[in-house]
Amino acid sequence: MERLINKYAAKLIRAGLCDPGEPLVAGLDDELVWNREDDIRPELERLFKLLSINSLVCARPAEPFQTIINHLADKHPTVIRPQDCETRTFLHDLPVAPEFSARAMAEALRRRKSVIVPHPEGGRAVVACGAVSPEQGFVFLSSVCFAGFVLFFSEHLDETRKGLAKKDQVRAFERAAGFLPEPVPAAPRLMSGPFLSEDEALAAIAQAGRHTVDLGLVDSYFGNVSYRLGDLLYISQTGSSLDELEGCVDPCPMDDSSCAGLTASSELTAHMAIVRGSQARAILHGHPRFTVVLSMDCGLADCPERGQCHVRCPGRRSVCGVPVVPGEVGAGPLGLARTLPPAIMAPDNESGAAIVYGHGLFATDHTDFNRTLETMIEVENACRAEYFERLAGGGGA
Amino acid sequence: MNGWTGSILLVDLDRGETGVLRPDRALYAKFLGGRGLAGHFLRPKATLAWDDPETPLLVFTGPLNGTASPTPGRATIMSRSPLTPATACSSVGGRLGRELKNAGWDGLIITGKSARPVGLEIRDREARLVDASMLAGLTTGRIFDRLTASEPKASLAATGPAAENGVLFASIAVDRHHAAGRSGLGLTMAAKGLKYLLILGTGRTEVHDPAMLKQARQDILRLTAASPVLMGGLGLSRYGTPALYDLMHSRRMMPTDNFRHTRFEAAARLNAHALVQRFRPKAAGCAGCHIRCKRVDESGRSLPEFESLSHFTALIGNDDLDAAVAANELCNEYGMDAISAGATLACLLEITGEEVSGARILELLRDTALGRGLGADLGRGSRRLAEYMGWPEKSMSVKGLELPAYDPRGAYGMALALAVATRGGCHLAAYPVSHEILRKPVATDRFSFSGKARMIKIAEDMNAAVDSLPACKFTFFAAGLEEYAKAYTAVTGEPSSAQDLLLAGERVYYNERIMNALNGLTIKDDDLPVRFFEDDGDSGGGVSVKALDRDEFLDARERYCRVRGLDEHGRPTGQTAQRLGLEWND
Repeated sequence: MERLINKYAAKLIRAGLCDPGEPLVAGLDDELVWNREDDIRPELERLFKLLSINSLVCARPAEPFQTIINHLADKHPTVIRPQDCETRTFLHDLPVAPEFSARAMAEALRRRKSVIVPHPEGGRAVVACGAVSPEQGFVFLSSVCFAGFVLFFSEHLDETRKGLAKKDQVRAFERAAGFLPEPVPAAPRLMSGPFLSEDEALAAIAQAGRHTVDLGLVDSYFGNVSYRLGDLLYISQTGSSLDELEGCVDPCPMDDSSCAGLTASSELTAHMAIVRGSQARAILHGHPRFTVVLSMDCGLADCPERGQCHVRCPGRRSVCGVPVVPGEVGAGPLGLARTLPPAIMAPDNESGAAIVYGHGLFATDHTDFNRTLETMIEVENACRAEYFERLAGGGGA
Repeated sequence: MNGWTGSILLVDLDRGETGVLRPDRALYAKFLGGRGLAGHFLRPKATLAWDDPETPLLVFTGPLNGTASPTPGRATIMSRSPLTPATACSSVGGRLGRELKNAGWDGLIITGKSARPVGLEIRDREARLVDASMLAGLTTGRIFDRLTASEPKASLAATGPAAENGVLFASIAVDRHHAAGRSGLGLTMAAKGLKYLLILGTGRTEVHDPAMLKQARQDILRLTAASPVLMGGLGLSRYGTPALYDLMHSRRMMPTDNFRHTRFEAAARLNAHALVQRFRPKAAGCAGCHIRCKRVDESGRSLPEFESLSHFTALIGNDDLDAAVAANELCNEYGMDAISAGATLACLLEITGEEVSGARILELLRDTALGRGLGADLGRGSRRLAEYMGWPEKSMSVKGLELPAYDPRGAYGMALALAVATRGGCHLAAYPVSHEILRKPVATDRFSFSGKARMIKIAEDMNAAVDSLPACKFTFFAAGLEEYAKAYTAVTGEPSSAQDLLLAGERVYYNERIMNALNGLTIKDDDLPVRFFEDDGDSGGGVSVKALDRDEFLDARERYCRVRGLDEHGRPTGQTAQRLGLEWND
């Protein structure tokens, strides 16, 4: 347990989600262990008496997330309702507690996986818990930051467009924008394909995943990577961390003759359809933030499917030359497994990529992961530039 | 009341009379329904013998049966076990829960013993006992043909020849493709002279807030659609539970040759894909289920679940897929638990050293069901068989219940869960396969006991709540009590949260632990067969499958006792019982 709490405390810092020294992580089997001392521990320890949990993370997010979470919590003082795919599917909403007390936090955590709470030393913290592993707290905190980011930038663009952006929002936006890192740098050179052996393919997958995380193109471990080698599709496992894919890749026969890939990514069906229906060998999926923000920015205010964009968008939309399609996670009746492959394989789609509404970007290539990572970076940087252009133009799409 | 009917049907088979019990709403809120309520009503009779006429056979629904809540088709059957000293409890699928609820009953409490075989027929609020003598000796398939021909919408639960012949792991067949399989509940039912239950309900469950229930349903369906295990291209929805077969093989934890090995070389030819190629199955499922994990071939025959497929191949060294399917069918037709049947057969084969053909497997299973020759010994379960033959350590069981198809050396949380489960060697009590193998909600280190004591305790509480609502445990590979609390509140109007349901689940589970203690079970019974601590599994492919470290296991078990609120002997305490609002007598 100690190994895990230290691992995820360090990972929160490495991911840029928290400043060094900030994360408090606890794990409980029959005895409670923490990663470090802190005056707020006694109040958090009461949560373990009030809730049937085995782990907890408490941390104030680093900038720009701190500004974003603060603003959203002021604006929505009881609950924040982001509309991105992750929140809709897994978190549902983000409760906000009025005070840093075990009772107030427990009230929210009885129903949800995380709570946003005022921190005794200023600012706001995210407290998230799990019943299996401290990894859950890490994932939920990361998801709150991602969802908050997408909602904050989406709301600001929309409200600017409508002339509704208030002074405090503009101030918060300018502050948060000031903390944005530089645009994503050029992609490093990755292993050259085509890969001819399992070892090469696995190494290339792990390398692509690690760089996707390092470049900030995905939050926590969401996203997936695959490579077709002969009659096998090698794909990252569900819930695997893209920067730790060694030993977490499933070989899945193209003829479905084995179910050993049952633990493969939830997007296995979509990946399979793409490699079966095209020359693509490499597929990389990430959650670049501005790409997700722009995928949700549609100017058709009177669209009859408004509110159902994520599953029933009737238009043929594109962002920065890449098609945008609706679709839920997975292979269900409204799943992206039905919408993504045709969009990527469409004859007029020269990008070899597609964006799933409110979710992320899938990029493909015939040889290796170099072009897929370049595509992801180009699209994200283009979306970021486009976002600020739309904002400068009064928010027009 | 919304969610519950407020009525429990009392059936006295001694007198041939029925009555109605109308518990307070507070009792429902305290135990939820299903497994919780069944345990509440078993507790006062928990120390009676399994065949004592006063020992009740309990069939219970929960508030979510008969509603639009996802996977609402389960029911609980509970009583004393003839096979084990522990409480016998089975969550069963099919239509039983829905029909009983729609007939206006939250549950049945059946006591007494009929002098001759009878069937209990319930049509809405009307219940009657019917002579069932003419069904003696018929297979369950024939019984289903005969009794449901004129009432195809009715749910039918019946025992088969195995129960008539005293097989200690006899099952109750439900709606042809489902069963209350484990712990020998079929024999308990037969001991009452009760041959079958036929139930037809035309009512409906009143829902407090239909709009809220619709929202909860959408949340749960979205999560299950996102789950590769449930709805993915290789998932349960496409291949049924045999989808797990390749995974257990690749993880080197497939029980082989009575758990002497953890890898079966022929597995790749006997997997879910092979079943599809050979039998072209159709999907089937419980009432109201969208996952539909059952598989039925073109002739309407049930194909094996993962557990029975694994035990009728790897565990007994059989590489004949047709024989495995036939063995499974034979268990269904004669009314026997396929897990215990396969594991008891494997125990015999290890002791005798016999290598069996497909025909011999079927012969031995048929003899078991009919109590003939060696089959009469097999029908007593592996523990009694192994003791009788002088090799007690070759019974791969816990508390006398044979182990399922997950080798504990390949997943340490599973090792602990199998040891401490209240009904014996049961994988479903905590189902740590979810995180140790399937990576949900997150992956844990399967070769470590670190943190597993509390994980197992919380999962046991969760699954006790799930069995009480009820819902299908498979859904919890994707959704959680967070989403189901919303469905529960929407149906009943009771304010609730995931944590409230966990507390109710803890109460349900602890009540079972108290019943086991009343029957003399202690920490010594929470243990695994010695083989797992002495012999390595089959390592290879970068995976090392070592024997379990005894000290680490005992340490984890001690921690479990502390987390669960048990004393150093594994016995419940008055303090914890009081905290949970459970009756306690020193």
